Amino acid sequence: MDYTEIIKESLGTLTINKMRTGLAILGIIIGIGSVIALVSLGQGTQQSIQNQIQSLGANLLTVSPGAERSGAVRGAFGGGTTLTSEDANALASSAEITTIKNVSPEFSRRTQVTTGGKNTNTQIVGVTPIYAEVHKIAVSSGNFISQRDVEGMTKVAVLGPQVVTDLFSEANPIGQTIRINNQTFRIIGITASKGGSGFMNQDDIIFAPLSTVQKQLFGASYLSSIALEAKSSQIMTQAQNEVGYFLLNRHKLSDPTLADFSIMSQQDIINTVSSTTGTFTALLAGIAAISLLVGGIGIMNIMLVTVTERTREIGLRKALGAKKKTIITQFLTEAILLTFTGGVIGIFIGLIISFLLTKITQFPMALSLNSIILAFVVSVAIGVLFGWYPANKASNMEPIEALRYE
Amino acid sequence: MKEHPIIQANHLSKIYKTDLVETVALADVSFEIKKGEFVAIMGPSGSGKSTLMHLLGALDKPTSGIYILDGENVENLTDDELADIRNRKIGFVFQAYNLLPRTSALKNVMLPMAYGGIPKENREEIAKKFLKMVGLEDRMSHNSNQLSGGQQQRVAIARSLVMNPAILLADEPTGNIASAQAEEIMAIFQRLNEEGHTIIMITHEPDIAQHAKRIILLRDGKIVEDGNGYRQKIIGKGEG
Repeated sequence: MDYTEIIKESLGTLTINKMRTGLAILGIIIGIGSVIALVSLGQGTQQSIQNQIQSLGANLLTVSPGAERSGAVRGAFGGGTTLTSEDANALASSAEITTIKNVSPEFSRRTQVTTGGKNTNTQIVGVTPIYAEVHKIAVSSGNFISQRDVEGMTKVAVLGPQVVTDLFSEANPIGQTIRINNQTFRIIGITASKGGSGFMNQDDIIFAPLSTVQKQLFGASYLSSIALEAKSSQIMTQAQNEVGYFLLNRHKLSDPTLADFSIMSQQDIINTVSSTTGTFTALLAGIAAISLLVGGIGIMNIMLVTVTERTREIGLRKALGAKKKTIITQFLTEAILLTFTGGVIGIFIGLIISFLLTKITQFPMALSLNSIILAFVVSVAIGVLFGWYPANKASNMEPIEALRYE
Repeated sequence: MKEHPIIQANHLSKIYKTDLVETVALADVSFEIKKGEFVAIMGPSGSGKSTLMHLLGALDKPTSGIYILDGENVENLTDDELADIRNRKIGFVFQAYNLLPRTSALKNVMLPMAYGGIPKENREEIAKKFLKMVGLEDRMSHNSNQLSGGQQQRVAIARSLVMNPAILLADEPTGNIASAQAEEIMAIFQRLNEEGHTIIMITHEPDIAQHAKRIILLRDGKIVEDGNGYRQKIIGKGEG
């Protein structure tokens, strides 16, 4: 008996009890479908976050106050007050710093912004003109913050397109005013959209002169970060070290482990985010895998029932000369056909679900060929794994006992 | 010229053991069956005839004794080797027909050939030949459950013949069949025997057993009569 015959025969057997076959397959469809949908969602999120971080500039180093390593006495990441404008000025002007092209001191905080009857909660970033170059911000209309604005501590603001949508009915509100912390700011520009969604939305942002934001809005003298643009992406590590030792000296710290700041490259951030979203994806896949496992157990259950029901048939086949291997192959083939069919349908349903999710929620989806191949392999493996016990049970039946069975 | 016997049973015993009880189903049974014989094995229920049938059919192994089937010693064989012996040397006809349900008569008859490695392209032709022989050429595509009991048993007989086995082993072949159709079945057996097939038939019905030329009578796991004598007795009874 060759494999095409066995497959043909198994297909025949499976179509006899369509309801049962359908229900058994359904478990696998749900399992594989949710694995595909959730994994593609997870990977999509991961990829879009990476793309956004990448779009901020590959040459970017970010110096944040507080230490990289959390310790009992050190402030939390980004939460300290140890970075000052003087640090930024020193970095920009020092002859020791050879790897850095631009230095952008920044102060940012979320706050409430109102205009007329509307209000929104958004990120206010105090910047200097160099910010636009370092972060690759383009202005779609009007102007960006100028050096005069920073020196004159003027109350002007450049809005991200999302803020414009949230606060104004017209597309171009240049010349109008908004109120931030009960102070009036004149709008002088609107940035071009950078895309993004959720907590990574780079369009939901308001830029104002650094001095105005620090002193007039929040009364702070420190910086929340300094963005540095390295001369090339090949010297990032060198730049990281150079800046690190320079700042250690300036802060009169002898030991790098005592650093009151941390320097991250875009790659560091991508790695951190990737490991987070990777965990997230794995968690989703894990949940989906449980439903796949349940589906597999369903298959085993059905196969066990089938074996018991067909005891007589198995006995007859053995009496007529079927060897153990033939019986095992036959029942395994049935189980694999069930899971394989479920797998194929499940992949399609998973694709449809992730497609619909993308349409509805704007959540990105990334479908890798790998996850589809993996789903195929897994569905067949489940057939083997959960079909093995029933098939083996069938093959070990004694022909006499099986024939006697009523 | 002495032809070697197709079945040699030497001191066959079968003892079933449970934890406490030993049941002797077959005690030291010896006999020979030659090629071309038509033997009926008779006996009341519990006499060991089913056990003997299982041993002769290589469905089970004896506790002791030697069984030689068509020159092959059926001893110390693995399950798969026994399956192979059954496939090549024994044609089974069961009381309950045991056809595959929802499967055509033709496919049922082709089944042993699939296990026996007969080339696919030859199987249909062989199956059709034997279905024709049992008079079912117009029922070949019918599913087994669309056939009458007698027709199903004829399909089973066709199935038992396709591998050209050394013996036909029939277990109560007419037990589930109305008497008119039972006669048809027995006529087929008789014709097969005349064509030279060796047939061993288990039955408890005397009027079925009398179609055989030799009757082995079992009681309490032992042979109490073997040969023509018992046959004469029951024929006599039938007439008287």
